[in-house]
Amino acid sequence: MTTSVPEQYIKDYKNLNSQINQSEPNWLNDLRKKAFQNLSKNGFPTKRKGNEKWKYTNISKLAKTSFSFEKENILQKSNYKNLIISDDSWINLTFINGALQTDISKIKNFEKGITVTKFSDAFGNPKINQLIKDNLSKFSQIDEDGFTSLNTAFINDGILINVDENAKILNPINLSFISHSTVTPNVSYPRILIIANKNSSLNIIENYIGDSSIQSFTNSVSEIMLEDSSKISHYRLLNEGQNTFHIESSRVNLKSNSTFESTSFSKSSKISRYDLKVNIEGENSYCNLNGLYLTSGTQHIDNYINIDHIKPKGTSRLNYKGILTEKSRAVFGGTVWVREGAMKTDSIQSDKNLLLSDEAEVDSKPALFIYADDVQCAHGATAGNIDAETIFYMRSRGIDLETASKLLINGFANEIIDCVNIPGLKKELEKLFLESLPKYKLEF
Amino acid sequence: MANQKIISRNTKLEDNQYKWGFELDIDSETAPKGINPEIIKFISKKKKEPEWMYEWRMKAYNHWIKKGDSEPTWANIKYPKINYQDIIYYAAPKSNDSAPQSLDDVDPELITAFNKLGIPLEEQKKLTGVAVDAVLDSVSVATTYKDMLKKAGVIFCSMSEAIQNHPELVKKYLGSVVPYSDNFFATLNSAAFTDGSFVYVPPKVRCPIELMTYFRINQEDSGQFERTLIIADEGSYVSYLEGCTAPMRKTSQLHAAVVELVALKDAEIKYSTLQNWYPGNKDGEGGVYNFVTKRGICKGQNSKISWTQVETGSAITWKYPSVILQGDNSIGEFYSVALVNNFQQADTGTKMIHVGKNTKSTIIAKGISAGKAQNTYRGQVKVLPTAKNAKNFTQCDSLLIGDKCGAHTIPYIEVNNPTAQMGHEATTSKVNDDQLFYLQQRGISLEEANYMIINGFCRGIFKELPFEFAMEASQLLKVSLEGTVG
Amino acid sequence: MIKEKSLLEIKNLHVSVDDDIKILNGINLTIKLGEIHVIMGPNGSGKSTLANVLSGRPGYNIDKGEIIFKGEDITSQDPEIRARNGMFLAFQYPMELPGVRTWQFLKSSVDAIRLHNELPELKIKEFDKLLEEKKEIVEMNSELLKRSVNEGFSGGEKKRNEILQLSLLNPTFAMLDETDSGLDIDALQIVAKGVKNYHNNNNSVMLVTHYQRILNHLSPDYIHVLMDGKIVKSGDKSLSLELESKGYEWIRESILKQS
Repeated sequence: MTTSVPEQYIKDYKNLNSQINQSEPNWLNDLRKKAFQNLSKNGFPTKRKGNEKWKYTNISKLAKTSFSFEKENILQKSNYKNLIISDDSWINLTFINGALQTDISKIKNFEKGITVTKFSDAFGNPKINQLIKDNLSKFSQIDEDGFTSLNTAFINDGILINVDENAKILNPINLSFISHSTVTPNVSYPRILIIANKNSSLNIIENYIGDSSIQSFTNSVSEIMLEDSSKISHYRLLNEGQNTFHIESSRVNLKSNSTFESTSFSKSSKISRYDLKVNIEGENSYCNLNGLYLTSGTQHIDNYINIDHIKPKGTSRLNYKGILTEKSRAVFGGTVWVREGAMKTDSIQSDKNLLLSDEAEVDSKPALFIYADDVQCAHGATAGNIDAETIFYMRSRGIDLETASKLLINGFANEIIDCVNIPGLKKELEKLFLESLPKYKLEF
Repeated sequence: MANQKIISRNTKLEDNQYKWGFELDIDSETAPKGINPEIIKFISKKKKEPEWMYEWRMKAYNHWIKKGDSEPTWANIKYPKINYQDIIYYAAPKSNDSAPQSLDDVDPELITAFNKLGIPLEEQKKLTGVAVDAVLDSVSVATTYKDMLKKAGVIFCSMSEAIQNHPELVKKYLGSVVPYSDNFFATLNSAAFTDGSFVYVPPKVRCPIELMTYFRINQEDSGQFERTLIIADEGSYVSYLEGCTAPMRKTSQLHAAVVELVALKDAEIKYSTLQNWYPGNKDGEGGVYNFVTKRGICKGQNSKISWTQVETGSAITWKYPSVILQGDNSIGEFYSVALVNNFQQADTGTKMIHVGKNTKSTIIAKGISAGKAQNTYRGQVKVLPTAKNAKNFTQCDSLLIGDKCGAHTIPYIEVNNPTAQMGHEATTSKVNDDQLFYLQQRGISLEEANYMIINGFCRGIFKELPFEFAMEASQLLKVSLEGTVG
Repeated sequence: MIKEKSLLEIKNLHVSVDDDIKILNGINLTIKLGEIHVIMGPNGSGKSTLANVLSGRPGYNIDKGEIIFKGEDITSQDPEIRARNGMFLAFQYPMELPGVRTWQFLKSSVDAIRLHNELPELKIKEFDKLLEEKKEIVEMNSELLKRSVNEGFSGGEKKRNEILQLSLLNPTFAMLDETDSGLDIDALQIVAKGVKNYHNNNNSVMLVTHYQRILNHLSPDYIHVLMDGKIVKSGDKSLSLELESKGYEWIRESILKQS
């Protein structure tokens, strides 16, 4: 079910090792080594009969391309200024090729109760070193698939965001990842570890920006841990160039009484995959996952969203929506598990798709795996056109088909944009998503 | 109505055991275990088949060998590796050596045996309004109501007879819906099938009675590989039922059937199944592995194929009765109740492939899990670019009884046309406590209350079955649910 | 003078749905300006179909007959054109429009009709003022206007939203399809008040209903009884009281006797 790995990764891996050998603690060196061995052994997952995880996404082109990793590079930082969505009240951190750029980021003197540390700066501090050691790769396991192995093998510039007990961080942390290199095609390996300690709260924005002129590959992994009674609101925006590959894996773990809200917006890349998994490992926890994807050209966007109810009394909501145009393709794969004993689980999943072109295609697979009886679980999926009754209602109010279509398509997208509670971000998203919606007359 | 109790005529509700588990005392002729070219030659020769049939079997066999170990692994089922060389591929009652021409020629012992199963074959006792083809292990032993059907122009006979008497139809349609290369089990079936039913309804004919095939596995260590082909010519209609049972044995038996349906322009086929193979005992020993490929094609405009299944038996079920909606305005339907108890596993559902314009499909699936059983609904709805204005509605509901079982729902929605309207909804829960309380408050026992609610949950499916079958289905549900509450 | 002019004429209207199921079997009805007509009848008699067909809902086949509105044959006109010409249907089951904000929907609708009548679009301020004024009539909570159209509204709130639209759009001809069904007494009064407030000598109302109770608040000119897709009896307000106490069977019987 896998393919062999291009030589370039081996070269880069050796190169990285020689560069960082002294500064790296042994445990990390071992972890990276294991990850790399895993990658060499298993390669990248490929679409093949029986591989349900990758049933609808063919990454053979990505797997075959030789992407180079450039640790240091010179970048005209001003070139990206206008691409970055930011607000002065936010805590803005900018990454280039996965590495935090301290000169254009705010990493000190922000609110009390939160620390942002580059892994490479943390190893001298025994306490932080231990914290990273204990949590890194705990939920994103290196043998999960070739992409997680690859990212782990190249961990060097990752960051740790740690929120202290009882700290409520109101201003959002804004992480902007820019993919840029002097060599093409290039690859970057963003890696984030977020720990929200007991009774803390955090708003976080992850946005991925790139240049449409270059061919690049972003291979990102994040791990987010919520301790008892903590809360994280997470926003993600994928707005890289149209010529990029983006494979992102995010692992979220919820302890008791915690809340995780996630809203994801995707509109770029040639092929992108967002693999989000939320473990509900404590009682009375809540997760609410929303997503909007807008595809065009020959894009392929895959959202692979899983929720695992391990402990009782958990609530989960999932609401993903897609608008597909031109020759694009969207894939939604989502599974809710309710494990034995996870009683009183309440879960609702929904994936809705609007097809606005004869050549677009959607594949939706929302699954339920239930091993406990005292539960309320439901899922729904729709694909195609808006129903004639709805359009008739608008027309009976004097609104013509074109305007009605516009209102309905906008409304379809708005439902997800409305989930954003940061005004500055919401405005940008409206601009990015609503203004680029195609003019389309729904069939009636 | 007394003589219409088809499946569970001997059912006593107090007795919580599989009622059809006795062995029939019949002298059989069997082929040696295993599958190889000699066995295929043997089967073909036994059936006095023409050369083209033998060649087709061999093509399938060679494909099966070439593909090697390609048993599907994606289904949510677990079972020990099957040794395909340890199965008897041909078993037939000795007395049946020369196919009986009429019921008078049928060995009285066989008639007694089927009587015991609740399927009387004699002229004076036979089921009213239902023509029965009785299949025991590898062969068809008798078909009732032959004359009446002949008058209407309907061909209803065993597959073996059809190969000899209607080769042009068999040649044209066999493998046209499920090609021999379709999947591991269908390929094996294509090489080794022994018998099954054949139906042809001529243009504009409404088949005057229900047609039924009753399948019985009897011989120990034998597999059953039947093959059914139903063709409804332009403007015709047929309703076909199948029922099945097997004796209780400690070891599992394989049933790998293939069913192909072809509906031409304006034709309609209604196919109903009550699947009651031996489910294995309380500890999960024995039971039938029911690995079946069923597919229909709505070939012509305005044609319709409707699958209704009530699945309560088998240790493992792997089955997806599907419809290819090729003709414009054609309709596909799938109504299913799947109940699993003890250690049973079911991975069942459907595929609706929309090819033609204005095609419509409806899927209603009800799953019930009890004991330590696992139940999976798996369904694909695919809309091709050509299928303008295709519509699908899917509703899958699952009930869980007890905290050791599982209920799983896996839809695949693949849409390639913007005018499509696809909607899938699914729910999973246990029986509602408030509903139970309401019934109990009115003096109804908890067990009865559960049964009433579950029966209500399935009613929408039962009403799709022919009347007598619906009654049986409801009874079967009750028997299968015994001991699950309290 | 104006009162004599007929606003709507339905001539021998025959309507069926797919599979050739006939629903309306020759409806003849003339509605003049200033009049209130009430359509009553048992379930399945075709009452809602009549209102829906008049407003141009798809899914019905008009087999015969014509619909003349303001002197123009509109039998095959698009629904939005009918609306802009002053035809309004308060839906029995108003649609939910996820993500479409109520405010935006209402303004789009008001503007579309204004433009059709060669009036300029309303400025935001003007529209807000108008909306403020009209929502008082139906005692509509401002919070609801910020939400998506009808989404998460209770049954009563949805019906009030329909009456709000009636007031805002101020059509010449308003059809109310069982708007009174499922309402409690307070909501019923608010709906009735909205209709009363709207109605004057320059417009007409066609009320489809099951119940007499809303008629206590309004003064209908004609009551028509629809059975099996035909108007079998017409009368004044007293007919509705008779129907309330005696049901519909006696009409069926008296028809049978006549024939």
